[in-house]
Amino acid sequence: MLTGLTLTEARAGLAARTFSARELAKAHLDAIARLNPTLNAYITVLPEETVLAQADAADARYAAGTAGLMDGLPIGIKDLFCTKDVRTTAASAILAEFVPPYESTVTAKLLKEGAVFLGKTNLDEFAMGSANTSSAFGATTSPWRRTGEPDVALVPGGSSGGSSAAVAAGLALAATGTDTGGSIRQPAAYCGIVGLKPTYGRCSRWGVIAYASSLDQAGPMTRSVADAGLMLEAMAGFDERDSTSSSRPVPAFHKAVGKSVKGLKVGIPTEYRAPGLPEDVLAMWEQGIAWLREAGCEVVDVSLPHTRYGLTSYYIIAPAECSSNLARYDGIRFGKRVDAPSLDAVYEASRAAGFGAEVRSRILMGTYVLSAGYYDAYYLKAQKVRTLIRRDFEQAFENVDVLLTPTAPSAAFAQGENQNDPVQMYLNDIFTVPASLAGIPGLSVPVGLNNAGLPLGLQVLGRHFDEETVLSVGGALEAAAGFAHRPTLHAGAGA
Amino acid sequence: MSYVIEGQTGLWEIVVGLEVHAQVISHSKLFSGASTTFGGDPNTQVSLVDAAFPGMLPVINHTCVAQAIRTGLGLNAQINLTSRFDRKNYFYADLPQGYQISQFEHPIVGTGTISIELANGETRSIGITRLHLEQDAGKLLHDQDPTKSFVDLNRAGVALMEIVSEPDIRAPEEAGAYLRKLRQILRYLGTCDGNMEEGSMRADVNVSVRKAGEPFRTRCEIKNVNSIRFVMQAIEAEAARQVEIWENGGTVDQETRLFDHTKGETRTMRSKEDAHDYRYFPDPDLLPLVLEQDWVDSLRAALPELPDAKRARFQQEYGITFYDAGVLVAEQAVADYYETVARGRDGKLAVSWVTGDLFAALNRTSNTIETSPVSAASLGKMLDLIADGTINGKIAKEVFEDMVETGEAPEAIVERKGLRQVTDTGAIDAAITSVLDKNADKLAEYRSGKDKLFGFFVGQVMKETKGKANPALVNEALQARLNG
Amino acid sequence: MSLDLATTRRIAKLARIGLEDAELEATTLKLNTILGWIDQLAEVNVDGVPPMVGTETEALRQREDVVTDGNCRDALLACAPETAGPFYTVPKVVE
Ligand SMILES: [Mg+2]
Ligand SMILES: [Zn+2]
Repeated sequence: MLTGLTLTEARAGLAARTFSARELAKAHLDAIARLNPTLNAYITVLPEETVLAQADAADARYAAGTAGLMDGLPIGIKDLFCTKDVRTTAASAILAEFVPPYESTVTAKLLKEGAVFLGKTNLDEFAMGSANTSSAFGATTSPWRRTGEPDVALVPGGSSGGSSAAVAAGLALAATGTDTGGSIRQPAAYCGIVGLKPTYGRCSRWGVIAYASSLDQAGPMTRSVADAGLMLEAMAGFDERDSTSSSRPVPAFHKAVGKSVKGLKVGIPTEYRAPGLPEDVLAMWEQGIAWLREAGCEVVDVSLPHTRYGLTSYYIIAPAECSSNLARYDGIRFGKRVDAPSLDAVYEASRAAGFGAEVRSRILMGTYVLSAGYYDAYYLKAQKVRTLIRRDFEQAFENVDVLLTPTAPSAAFAQGENQNDPVQMYLNDIFTVPASLAGIPGLSVPVGLNNAGLPLGLQVLGRHFDEETVLSVGGALEAAAGFAHRPTLHAGAGA
Repeated sequence: MSYVIEGQTGLWEIVVGLEVHAQVISHSKLFSGASTTFGGDPNTQVSLVDAAFPGMLPVINHTCVAQAIRTGLGLNAQINLTSRFDRKNYFYADLPQGYQISQFEHPIVGTGTISIELANGETRSIGITRLHLEQDAGKLLHDQDPTKSFVDLNRAGVALMEIVSEPDIRAPEEAGAYLRKLRQILRYLGTCDGNMEEGSMRADVNVSVRKAGEPFRTRCEIKNVNSIRFVMQAIEAEAARQVEIWENGGTVDQETRLFDHTKGETRTMRSKEDAHDYRYFPDPDLLPLVLEQDWVDSLRAALPELPDAKRARFQQEYGITFYDAGVLVAEQAVADYYETVARGRDGKLAVSWVTGDLFAALNRTSNTIETSPVSAASLGKMLDLIADGTINGKIAKEVFEDMVETGEAPEAIVERKGLRQVTDTGAIDAAITSVLDKNADKLAEYRSGKDKLFGFFVGQVMKETKGKANPALVNEALQARLNG
Repeated sequence: MSLDLATTRRIAKLARIGLEDAELEATTLKLNTILGWIDQLAEVNVDGVPPMVGTETEALRQREDVVTDGNCRDALLACAPETAGPFYTVPKVVE
């Protein structure tokens, strides 16, 4: 089944000419045609001839022996990455018709390595959300169903929910995501795939539509840990156009998977054992700990005392940055414009009509916490707490090599659940946000199903720029878990 | 201080601080690779970054940082080895990002001073509060369409230095002197061309009034005044307005105003309910700007000699007056010209030629020092001809005018016109004989005691020699003949 | 701390988002729920703690002063909802 392969398997098949890149691409286009109307994982699917032309070029490179790291591999691109001459919407009405005349650094690198782009995947509007319900192009539905509840549509997680659904359902071999507070890891966990948020600065942000600049980081969403390493290798690297891009060399990440983890020290943050954490999540975490012990790791408890303030700081810092980052959507140079008699009226009407409710309220929250009289109490305080959270991690990493936590406090929930209480919704990010604030890498690995038959993920966190150890430990978890479950809806299912 | 406003309730003094926006001389913008050239076709010098397209990011220009440091050093200011960029958030049609990247809490340059000289010869020191780097905005055109304003982003993102003074200025004249001095320093440093007409230097003027000994009262900011004369006029008009309000029992509101130079008055610019709340916060797209002390030191070592130092040296080295030295250093090109003329020659003679005959000639021919028809080297050569006795001072005037007209070398002119000074005593004696013969009556008068006629005889002998005789020799020979 | 309607109105004005009255009320409610939760930050002692600015992984790099960009007016203006000749346009602004 061509749509069920890992990147690594597909690359081997292409190299051996077992199948062609054209066949591989065609299989995915067919799957998209069948399942996307139900899942709504893609906002834009590229025209068949465009996709097949990319695939044919890849086949030619395989024939010539010049294939790149991602050559011929059909992937989805989160619709937050600007793609030249391909509509890029950020799932917002304000950019519904925006066709960038430029290609983001990350997607340009993927193209250079031969990747075949299938289309632009759905997301929460401007990446603000954890359920992929705030898209102006409609919610993405998870391909998973609870056992015995075939009619209850679940969320794929967010904000990279289109990407996680597409990869899980066989509508792409892999996809790009972006993670600001958990937007790669949480949807990966909800959809039973692998998601890697690299160290801040590892992947260029140039051409990625900004949500919160000090937190945004692009990363791969794949079916295996090795795939995540492979794809990160293609995405990462210094970019002189991004002042926050790291100049560190990019290691051969895919080689980190399969390396022995014997003797590594794994920390278990005691503060993550939050009261009310569901039994199934707790059990899966214990299982993960046991697996790593069996693999030869030494497991120790560590303390990250400021954990509970991570989420609150995040919901000050991210809205503050977004309120400023989204000021450029004003209806003048690009995007939606609503005509009105005065300049201010054009701004107000265009932004009211162009932004959805969640984006509007985050902009307003951010405007408030930065405004005169409140800056010190909110924004400055949050930035100081951020320092404490970073220090927590640095201290922990003096004693341990990685940390192991659940990725999310629950499995995927139903569309419409948690919608009325914003704080309840934000709590989905409780385990992913601290790493974003500290800028450290985090990997979510699917490790099993809960009682309702939904996937659960565990998160491995590592030191700044130590994705290799994170991948090694993730690989060990993956090997022990042997997660081979498929969602209810997937391209390989009898249709 | 001598500038006061006489009100009905007594004397008022004015308190003025200036915020000058100086456009940094650089090839490309502060955070993008688009050109900064003045006068390009609309929206051609705009990159995706300048137009704030989604996902675009700023990367700072090394030269702009260097220019800010050099300017700070030129203002005797503290250079902050760690500074930071903040976003100043507001919506306007000329501001694509919806925020200006500026430096709010941690500017690159801290406190410094500028010393100014007033018409009465007095000098004063005006404090500099800070200098920071920030982006310029685009330009709006209001007269192209009845219902629309047009937006040109060529200037959006060009680097500005905002140079903020302490409220140390107490007279319109001082404000003028401050701006001229600042512009002079910027030009010497080559960090800003100081061209106010093209908008590369603009001033925001903060004005308040108070009675002697009082603390500061409320100030108003007059935005974007674009000439030194208007700054001085705006201060006078605004101070008078404020005195009138206070004296009529009112209160001055802190607000932003504009100067209308046709009416000679200031008017309010933004209403209070529109009060801005800029929501400054550190720009998360940029990291703190950390400077190496070594780099700052090397920039300091490479600074050109600045006006005050040059003026002192000119006085010392060339023996000229403080006033003359001031005139010469006002513009670096003049100072350089002078120095080429004066080096190894008579500095006083050189200053009189440069500020006298040369300036007059430049004026008359609508030239600047850069386009002078007489090069510094040939003016120097001419002074050499005077010094070695080839020509005398009087003939030199004639030679100089010829140089202005023809651009020829002085030696060539002297040869062509046969202006070489007569030093042959035989020829001078012959001329004296001829003069005395023709003026027997005057000679008799002289002999009978009318000493003053000596000058007459000198003049006549010079005339007889067509001005070419060496005046000292003429004097000597006449003394011998008349009194011998 | 909690928001009143007037503050939400002021914030919406600052953010240039035109809100209907009904939405203004719903937004105030929502923001207050979040702010109530955020108030727990008051418990944290941050005496002497510097704010974390950016992610502090690198020093700021500086670009050479070379013209490498611009001259792309057609591509820029093609994205604009309204233009006139070489210009972007906005409703007339009175200064
Ligand atoms: Mg100002
Ligand atoms: Zn300024």
